[in-house]
Amino acid sequence: MMRARGADSHPESWLRATDGGLYCVPGDFHVDPHRPAERAVITHGHADHARARNGKVLATPGTLAIMRARYGAEAWRESQALDHGETVRIGDVTVSLAPAGHVLGSAQAVLEYKGARVVISGDYKRRRDPTCPPFEPVACDVFVTEATFGLPVFRHPPDGEEVAKLLRSLETFPERTHLLGAYALGKAQRLIRLLREGGYDRPIHLHGAMGALCDLYEAQGVPLGPLRAVGDRDKKELAGEIVLCPPSALSDRWSRGFPDPLTVMASGWMRVRQRARQRNVELPLILSDHADWDELTRTLEDVGAPTVWVTHGREYALVHHARGRGFDAKALSLVGREEEDET
Amino acid sequence: MKPFAGLLERLVFTPSRNGKLRHLQRYFAETPDPDRGWALAALTDGFERKYATPSLVRPLIEARADPVLFRLSHDYVGDLAETVSLMWPGPAEAARENAPLALSDVIETVREARRKEVPALIAGWLDRLDPSARFALLKLLMGGMRVGVSARLAKTALARYGGIDLDRIEEMWFGLSPPYTDLFRWLDGTGPAPAVDDRLMFRPMMLATPLEGEDVARLDAGAHAAEWKWDGIRVQLAAHDGQARLYSRTGDEIGGSFPEIAGAADFDAVVDGELLVVAAGEVRPFNDLQQRLGRKSVTRRMLADYPAHLRAYDLLFEGGEDLRALPLDARRDRLAALIARENKSWLDLSPEVPFASWDDLARLRGDARAAGIEGLMLKRRDSTYQAGRPKGPWFKWKRDPLTADCVLMYAQRGHGKRSSFYSDFTFGVWRGEEVVPVGKAYFGFTDAELRQLDKWVRDHTIDRFGPVRAVSFGLVLEIAFDSIQRSNRHKSGLAMRFPRVARIRWDKPVAEAERIETLEALVERAAPDLVAQ
Repeated sequence: MMRARGADSHPESWLRATDGGLYCVPGDFHVDPHRPAERAVITHGHADHARARNGKVLATPGTLAIMRARYGAEAWRESQALDHGETVRIGDVTVSLAPAGHVLGSAQAVLEYKGARVVISGDYKRRRDPTCPPFEPVACDVFVTEATFGLPVFRHPPDGEEVAKLLRSLETFPERTHLLGAYALGKAQRLIRLLREGGYDRPIHLHGAMGALCDLYEAQGVPLGPLRAVGDRDKKELAGEIVLCPPSALSDRWSRGFPDPLTVMASGWMRVRQRARQRNVELPLILSDHADWDELTRTLEDVGAPTVWVTHGREYALVHHARGRGFDAKALSLVGREEEDET
Repeated sequence: MKPFAGLLERLVFTPSRNGKLRHLQRYFAETPDPDRGWALAALTDGFERKYATPSLVRPLIEARADPVLFRLSHDYVGDLAETVSLMWPGPAEAARENAPLALSDVIETVREARRKEVPALIAGWLDRLDPSARFALLKLLMGGMRVGVSARLAKTALARYGGIDLDRIEEMWFGLSPPYTDLFRWLDGTGPAPAVDDRLMFRPMMLATPLEGEDVARLDAGAHAAEWKWDGIRVQLAAHDGQARLYSRTGDEIGGSFPEIAGAADFDAVVDGELLVVAAGEVRPFNDLQQRLGRKSVTRRMLADYPAHLRAYDLLFEGGEDLRALPLDARRDRLAALIARENKSWLDLSPEVPFASWDDLARLRGDARAAGIEGLMLKRRDSTYQAGRPKGPWFKWKRDPLTADCVLMYAQRGHGKRSSFYSDFTFGVWRGEEVVPVGKAYFGFTDAELRQLDKWVRDHTIDRFGPVRAVSFGLVLEIAFDSIQRSNRHKSGLAMRFPRVARIRWDKPVAEAERIETLEALVERAAPDLVAQ
């Protein structure tokens, strides 16, 4: 693997955290800019990473499809698709996109310049996700990692156990609508796939905000089984069914009229009881598209980069841990990142 | 441990009583003996002591985790047992074992273990469990489950599970001991009913129906006895053979919090009455009684500052004789004789209030507020003691409530059917230029009004804290309440008793809401003891 030699080629000198996000000087582009940039590399389609109205956008075909579905003509002026395994040159910088295992289309941005390599992992997880290819560790000089769940209390349990809790609840309360709050992009489709794998083959009912992205996943080759829009159907008919909605809809006026609704929320934050209780959640499912503490710390070892920059989340704890393990680690404060499901 | 951990998790997040019952029933049905019996003991406070304390658990994690990471984690999570269970080293998934650790293994081992062996035992178990089961283990050994299950609720689940009457469970409860194998065998229909001495059991109480003012004229004044309605809590004292149990209205045993009564009742009787704090001959405000409720250990200071008192109004059993089929007058004669004979400082008779006509009594009720009394009880002199709330023989005739126009400050989302509605309202009154909270109400409005209130809250939100929203001061609620007392629960230093929304004053400007001085004038001093007079 390559190592940075001269001081001028160390990423410290050519990759900067600016007000607009991470900026690559020799390529003159931003990675996941949080306000419109002339040229942007986008790691994945979540709104705090992929914003509308950038000039030229480079991303995977999956991410571009998501941005187009969300923003329509506002998405960009010009786009370029880059599959995993392909490379492209922007200015003096070679760019490729490695799988991140976060959501459909998600990627790590791999930047090479003057023999030094930086991997900006975006958001990622290490466990299996039936809707996207798994995270690939890429050897590098500087690894930029998120730290959403950067405390050792965040240990996500096996997905199958969490889905089994939901199936069990449907057995115990067959007369109640199970209102399942989950991110409309990624979490919702992964949950549907996990439910199907758990043997649930009844139709799953969707809040209006879910339909388009589910269609997109199916078009991208992720089969989701029978889905129905709640629309303006009589909600009384949905006793004992699963209704999938964005987390904000759980407390919204929309949730009225379902028979004795049982609120379910799928999020990594549900690991901490107080967080679940604050949300009035009756059945918390600990399910996240972000790496938990064990995955974060294991990834640092797998990637093996001598230098680690930690972005959004609980940076302090992860930096402390990484230093203890001999990494040259620091927190990189990036503005504009939102916590998962904090709507 | 895993099924028990799953049960605790469901119970803590399930708000409704019915939902909790369903989870308990399912657990009893699916869990073998003796695990389900130990779980029942854990939920009903059936263990004789705590096996672990924070000072035992903390060093275990400090020896295994980076101190900085532990501190950051503990700060974030708050609860020690939860922090330890989550960050305990080892996989987030428990190893698949041939013989998984059973709840009964834990209990049976720890009960036999010497104290200094306990830390190593706990550490060994934590190594074998996943985070959710680690949490259940620590809560089991440290006590303080806080899953919102009263002993009464657990017994109700048992009754439903076995398809038998709750009274039969209550009847035998204190004759049973963990892990309750004989009880479950009976509930499963594979064994006889456990035989136990039932003298200390809880007897379902007879309750009164509310009486509206105009109804009273239709009753026969000569056939009724009147008593003061005391502002304490309804209790039942069951004493037999040197032992005594004090039950709340729901059948929960609270004698541990009131040793001056439960430890001193050396007669053989079941007495129905009001638990009060009476000091120097004065009935103290309800707030004083609250200082004593729910305490596991009672300090000598508590006993001196807030002495508990039983003001008796009925006698259900005496010397093993069931008096419940006798008329009230006969029961009261027996009660008066018992009280006179026993001559206990903490026990007296709730006196009859003599009256010649309903008008007479209405005047007394009108004065009740000044006397610090909740109202009147009217009981037919010939009434037998019947479980539940039969309509007719007993009435409560409460004094008219006080009202105050208050400013809506915060609203919180409800649970279950109300989970999408802001339905719990915190309100306050003016103190100088600020509004200070005085109470919280969640009923008194119709469903249609709730919809309007919810909309108003959403349209006037200025801040959010979890399920709570702060609203701009713009809506006046007319609050009805039974009384108002000093309290450090609210910033105002006042707390209302039984507040409810009487009217929504859409029309009223907030500047015209009540001022704190007005409410302070309504605070009641201790009531002079009417019996002593």
